[in-house]
Amino acid sequence: MHAVEARGLAKHYGDVKALNGLDVSVERGTVLGLLGPNGAGKTTAVRILTTLLAPDAGTATIDGVDVIAQPEIVRTRIGLTGQSAAVEERMTGRENLEMIGSFFHFDRTQRKSRAAELLERFDLVDAGDRIANTYSGGMRRRLDIAMSLVARPAVLFLDEPTTGLDPRSRIGMWSVIEELSDDGTTVVLTTQYLEEADQLADNVVVIDSGVKIAEGSVDELKDQIGGDRIRVTIARAENIEVARTALASLATGAIEVEGPTATTLTAPIRAGGGVVPQAIRALDDAGADVVDVEVRRPTLDDVFLALTGHRAETEESASDAEVTA
Amino acid sequence: MSEQAMRTNAANARATRGKPGFVDGWRDASTEARRHLRIVPRNPELLAFSLFQPIMFVLLFVYVFGGAIEVPGFSDYNQFLIPGIFAQTLVFGSSFTAVGLAEDLSKGLVDRLRSLPIARSAVLIGRTFSDLARNLLTFVVMLVVAFLIGFRFEGSLLGALGGTALMMAFSYSFSWIQAYIGLSVGSVEAANAASFTWMFPVTFLSSAFVDPASMPSWLQPIANHNPFTRLANASRALYNGMDPAPHLAWAIFWTVLITIVFATLSIRRFSRST
Repeated sequence: MHAVEARGLAKHYGDVKALNGLDVSVERGTVLGLLGPNGAGKTTAVRILTTLLAPDAGTATIDGVDVIAQPEIVRTRIGLTGQSAAVEERMTGRENLEMIGSFFHFDRTQRKSRAAELLERFDLVDAGDRIANTYSGGMRRRLDIAMSLVARPAVLFLDEPTTGLDPRSRIGMWSVIEELSDDGTTVVLTTQYLEEADQLADNVVVIDSGVKIAEGSVDELKDQIGGDRIRVTIARAENIEVARTALASLATGAIEVEGPTATTLTAPIRAGGGVVPQAIRALDDAGADVVDVEVRRPTLDDVFLALTGHRAETEESASDAEVTA
Repeated sequence: MSEQAMRTNAANARATRGKPGFVDGWRDASTEARRHLRIVPRNPELLAFSLFQPIMFVLLFVYVFGGAIEVPGFSDYNQFLIPGIFAQTLVFGSSFTAVGLAEDLSKGLVDRLRSLPIARSAVLIGRTFSDLARNLLTFVVMLVVAFLIGFRFEGSLLGALGGTALMMAFSYSFSWIQAYIGLSVGSVEAANAASFTWMFPVTFLSSAFVDPASMPSWLQPIANHNPFTRLANASRALYNGMDPAPHLAWAIFWTVLITIVFATLSIRRFSRST
């Protein structure tokens, strides 16, 4: 039995198809990354799986329990951390955790010990008796996740857990999620960042316009779209075809020419294995007059370009407002 | 059963039960009510609204209008006016239901609560009850001030208690209108405006401060049939040892009707999963 099993989930808002037949399954104890640009349908999927939203079509089970037929039981098995840190800002961290314990009908001893345990685990012991509106963004997020874990859910849903965090807090949040996964918690997380999915997810489902366009491990995705990207800037635009020819034998996909003076080329190349020195040598031999070379890992944008032929950033559509409203 | 699942069920008393029942529902509502009551002393705005504004209202109305207005049947205008101020202030107190709910919605707290295995109605019942409790505090403060400036219950103890209970119940029914507004407007700012503005005509176009007979003739029927007039007349009569009929029955009718209609609408809107 999978921790999460969804088939053909669909949700339409008028003409906007927020989800259009999404299949997802998550094995127990693994982390699934739902990857996609704004408005792709990630939040809609999470809201359906957490019983907040009824789908127009499709089925889903959490821990074997049907989300449509038995939402009350599903709610005892899930933890949800939404996009905004849903903490009661005028209560302390400890009070927030104990409140969730009360909602799960823990007795007083259970409530107190579970709250203390979670404060310890999320590095909030010193801040535990401070009012939550004095917390930093990162602390609030940690408290938010701790609140989702009070009743030891079978599946934890994290909707864009690092959006709005500064880089340091983001790294901290990653290590929190890694620890959860090491402890065997099943996690479904949504993200717009390939880097984040790379860091955290065992498996990734890429969503675009409400449908799954790719699935697999991050490495598999990267191989699918052709490894790294090399970006070469040359001194004079008239040499652009010379440079393109020099790179052609190494590129694993289409070479793009860009930049205001059309002196920059971007080509997908195989990762590692001395490809970069080869490329520079080839450019030099051809007399392309290279002024700058940059190698980077593929981004969500590259994944999208390779899989769909359009860039992720242009996907900002009206549906986004609908979906997250 | 996996170890994870066993731990889940061991720690989670609610894990295998289905729909939350009646007892569970009240327990959840009281947890939610405790959250709101606990934060009242930590919220300066709310505290000022609940304690200082009522004091100001009583003093302003009494000293500004008290000497200028005469009402037939009352030798002391304050005996006429003060029950009206009480009623208005308590009804105004319901606006925090709208603002608080809108705040919880915008912060994502409502989604958190909706993802918990609690009765959907518990969240709204908990909030409206906590607002009722806060209003009771407001009432006590107003009563003390009113006594200090010479207001007295002229009727029986039962009348005083009855008039107070009626005002509390009526303002509670307005909390459900406010809950519906809070769930509908979409932002805290909008909730602030939408919860308050309409209550000015409702409370002023009534018998709370003046005899409607002194109003323009086209306005009189509106004022006379205003549910708030029924409340003001009934509690004023009970406070002053007069006959509250027929206003008492009307006030109870409106309280029950508004509560049923708006509680149904609000709970439906809260539970709606679209």
